Amino acid sequence: MIPGPTNWMRARAGGRSGIGDPALVAVAGLLTVLGIAMIYSAGQVELPSAVSGVWRRQLVWAVGACGAFYLASRVPLRWLEWASPWLYAASICLLILVLVIGTGPNTRSWLSFGPVNLQPAELAKLATILMLARDLTGHESSRQRLAGVWRPLAIVLAPFGLVLVQPDLGSALIFSVILICALVWAGVPLASIFLLLSPAVSLVLGFSAVVWGVWFVAVVAFLYLRRTFALEAVAVGAANLAAGALTLPLWNSLAEYQQNRLLVFLNPGIDPRGAGWHLIQSKVAIGSGGWFGYGYGNGPQKRLAFLPEQHTDFIFSVVGEELGFVGVVAFLLLFAWFLSRVLRVARRSTNEFGSIAAFCLFGVWTAHVAINVGMTVGLMPVTGLPLPFLSYGGSFLFMLFAGLGVVSRVGAER
Amino acid sequence: MNTPHTPPRDAADSVLRTRGRAASLVLFAIIGILIAAFFRLQVLRSSGFALRSVENRLRAIPIPAPRGGIYDRNGRLVAENIPGYSISILPGKVDSVRATLDRMAPYLGLSEQEREALLTKFRRFRHLPLPVKDNVGFEQVAAIEERRPEFRRAVIEMQPRRYYPAGRAIAHVIGYVSEISEAELERPEFEGYEAGRVIGKAGIERQYQHVLGGTPGVSYVEVNARGSIVSEFGPRPNVSPVPGQDIVLGLDLSLQEYVDSIFPEGERGGVVALDPRTGEVLVLYSHPTFDPNEFVGGISARLWNTLRSDPDQPLLNRVSYAAYAAGSTWKLVISTLGLRNGVFTIDSHMPTSCRGALQYGTRAFRCWKREGHGSLDLSEAIKQSCNVFFYQAGLRLGLDALTAGADALGFNRKSGLDLPVERAGFYPPGREWYDRRYGRRGWTESVVLNLSIGQGETQQTLIKMAQFYTALATGESPIVPHLLRNEAMEGRRVEWSLELPEERRLELVQALTRVVNEPGGTAYRHRLNDVLLAGKTGTAQNPHGPPHSWFLGFAPAYDPRIVVAAIVEYGHPDNQAALAVPVATRLAARYLGVTRPADAVATTPILPDTAPPVARPAEPIALRALPPPPSPRAFPSPAAGPEALAEEAAR
Repeated sequence: MIPGPTNWMRARAGGRSGIGDPALVAVAGLLTVLGIAMIYSAGQVELPSAVSGVWRRQLVWAVGACGAFYLASRVPLRWLEWASPWLYAASICLLILVLVIGTGPNTRSWLSFGPVNLQPAELAKLATILMLARDLTGHESSRQRLAGVWRPLAIVLAPFGLVLVQPDLGSALIFSVILICALVWAGVPLASIFLLLSPAVSLVLGFSAVVWGVWFVAVVAFLYLRRTFALEAVAVGAANLAAGALTLPLWNSLAEYQQNRLLVFLNPGIDPRGAGWHLIQSKVAIGSGGWFGYGYGNGPQKRLAFLPEQHTDFIFSVVGEELGFVGVVAFLLLFAWFLSRVLRVARRSTNEFGSIAAFCLFGVWTAHVAINVGMTVGLMPVTGLPLPFLSYGGSFLFMLFAGLGVVSRVGAER
Repeated sequence: MNTPHTPPRDAADSVLRTRGRAASLVLFAIIGILIAAFFRLQVLRSSGFALRSVENRLRAIPIPAPRGGIYDRNGRLVAENIPGYSISILPGKVDSVRATLDRMAPYLGLSEQEREALLTKFRRFRHLPLPVKDNVGFEQVAAIEERRPEFRRAVIEMQPRRYYPAGRAIAHVIGYVSEISEAELERPEFEGYEAGRVIGKAGIERQYQHVLGGTPGVSYVEVNARGSIVSEFGPRPNVSPVPGQDIVLGLDLSLQEYVDSIFPEGERGGVVALDPRTGEVLVLYSHPTFDPNEFVGGISARLWNTLRSDPDQPLLNRVSYAAYAAGSTWKLVISTLGLRNGVFTIDSHMPTSCRGALQYGTRAFRCWKREGHGSLDLSEAIKQSCNVFFYQAGLRLGLDALTAGADALGFNRKSGLDLPVERAGFYPPGREWYDRRYGRRGWTESVVLNLSIGQGETQQTLIKMAQFYTALATGESPIVPHLLRNEAMEGRRVEWSLELPEERRLELVQALTRVVNEPGGTAYRHRLNDVLLAGKTGTAQNPHGPPHSWFLGFAPAYDPRIVVAAIVEYGHPDNQAALAVPVATRLAARYLGVTRPADAVATTPILPDTAPPVARPAEPIALRALPPPPSPRAFPSPAAGPEALAEEAAR
């Protein structure tokens, strides 16, 4: 059942128990406390609002999430590796279930259990990471070939497709990040990753025949120069052809509101009253913060409810408005420190399964930070991806802490 | 990649080391880009966003400026500001605003349509408090205040409210104030005015809006994203309003109220009195009237419709806007032109003496006195108002001299009164006009006969005729009549004068005194004790009913201090009573502080006792003989004229 060299056994022998990297846990704890403080501030508005009390719920979630962290950090990696297919299967079932009985404000992405809403996509991210890590452990030589990575591709495509039809574009993006990170960290040649992703690029470029044609020629040339196996080359070429040809029919099969959602996703400026409004208000809030901000709790844009989603997606705008550039840099450096600690765990780990899992988590969280923070200043599309530790939301916090527990365990087992 | 000498694991390790470093670089590149983006936004472009942030949450709310007071010549208040209340509803969901409105309706007397109109307005300005009613009485405020828990969204504010103590008596002078309309906002005269501002809508309030109105201040309040006011103290200081200036009118309010009390009830007409020495309007009264206080802060639709559809037209200003045939008061114009042109003198007799009618061509033009006046000189003809004499005087003058002379005396122009709306008088400008109207062969010189007695194709306003009699009274170019008491106003004179030697003018004045003070004069018994009143009655024929009753006069005759003019529509019902005469003469007596003889009663027969009562005065035959006008537009706005209006009313 457990394949590959016994690195993890060596690690087990010489590994430490406990929480692995104390600095990592310390900075995570600090970010959690600061996050709840920012959610509290986000609730200080002049309008009677449900947001006012959510910091208490977030506090409860955080306590529960600490439990998840503890449990995850106590589970030996081999148990986790063994359990990952079951976790993966369960999360796929939940993702199918959510399409049937799901609820949610815009998309069917929540499962309601009384007062608690769960986002199966969050669980699926962790489960997919573990499943990929398990699948990519060992088989180094086979991974050198393009055909050797069809299984990771299939593992990711299932949840990817399921969140895409919710539709939850942000999560779909994260699944792509997971796949890329796993392949990168499993030592798959960059050329293979490039060829694997080339149909996706074709799908986007298919809108313009000329641009797509140039891309296709480039892909073919690349296949020729790399001397890829004929069957693989044909498969990649066919996939690119199909993707490019399918673009327009697929696009036209979408309802107008779905097309609009995709267009707004790419360019919020075309919807100045919806997503564009959010972006404008966010930029005004951040820009008016200046060097030192209006002071904790005093941001007028937030206080007067001009800032939308100020406790979830746009909480970093509150940081920008109230704590200014100085506060923003402090938060970003904390994130950088935290993420580099996660990366350090991935790099130092001798357990291949754990290392890949940790690297994927590093990639996911980095993507969350980059997209969420970039979104508040207009660098990234408005996707609704939460900011780790700061955005209000139970499912995400739980999975964040569970993932943190896994990283800690990886760090502990070395 | 797979070098044979290196174990695969180590090769993979070296790849991973490279990729780990690359991942580290990517992380710091991302953080670096983000910091750079925030630096650009928060440091480089901060001031612009700070301004946006302030603009986002500040709303400029106008503070109304207190309106200037209006005083009469004796310092009595004509218009003042009294404490009033306004009720508005805070913005929110349409349904909750509607519910509040519905609950308020019984206390404020809001009809279904008014509520719908308010909701429509609210939907257009979703972020502003909805003003429900401006002019709320204390009882209504108390009723709302008692049920405060029901009306949590209601805002009750003190707001100065315009009040006209004299009410109905001064309605047509003062006008009223109300919220500026959207059409008015677009006019150049209201440039810089904002929606919701209260302005003068008519009369003096409108005419002197720029003096009375002041400049509104601005209060900056902080609002939230839904537009609700969060704080009264925004980051910007408030701008105080500049109060409007007080103005003083030449009007005598007690005299005005006196006229209101003596004007015959149930009749329609107008009264104006001027001080000929200053041009000040002492009285300007139109009847029936309305209460301008009901217009303040928005008139109810029901009352507005009642006023608009009232056949008596209370909104019409019968002094400056209604135009009538001048009737016999016009005979002084003929006299003036004749004396000026030297075609007759005060002692002249006309070739044909009055036998009750004058044969001209194939038609007989009647005098009001069937049995005739006999042969009269000009002075006697004025005294007795003999039509036959003036038919011949007009013929002797000729159509060209008549039309040119009337035009030179300003009868085709406005008086220049300082009210927003005035109708210009109309007198046919010449032969070409008749040719256009009736065709080259469609009319004869007989039109002169009608024009000579103020009938036919002419319409004059009361203020216009009063201006002419002011010229008769003083001999100078009259000062343009004005309501505002102001020295600059007194320097403005009309551009015409009688151009009559003083001696000739005094002869006419003497004739006018005989009208009132000698037995046989048409206004005998309306003389005043101690003061010599000069005046002229008029009986203006009209096709819709009994003739209109006119009186124009001034006193004391040789040192005039007041010019009075009155008209009562159909005020000459049975040839027994001329309703305008007592109103005008009593007004003059009151102003001059003199009494009237015991035999002068409110409405007296104007005919000498010896004259047998005539059932109905004959209409000038020529009037009936006139062909119908080719197009209603050829005659100056007949549709809006009082005749047409009266005609509508009669149907």
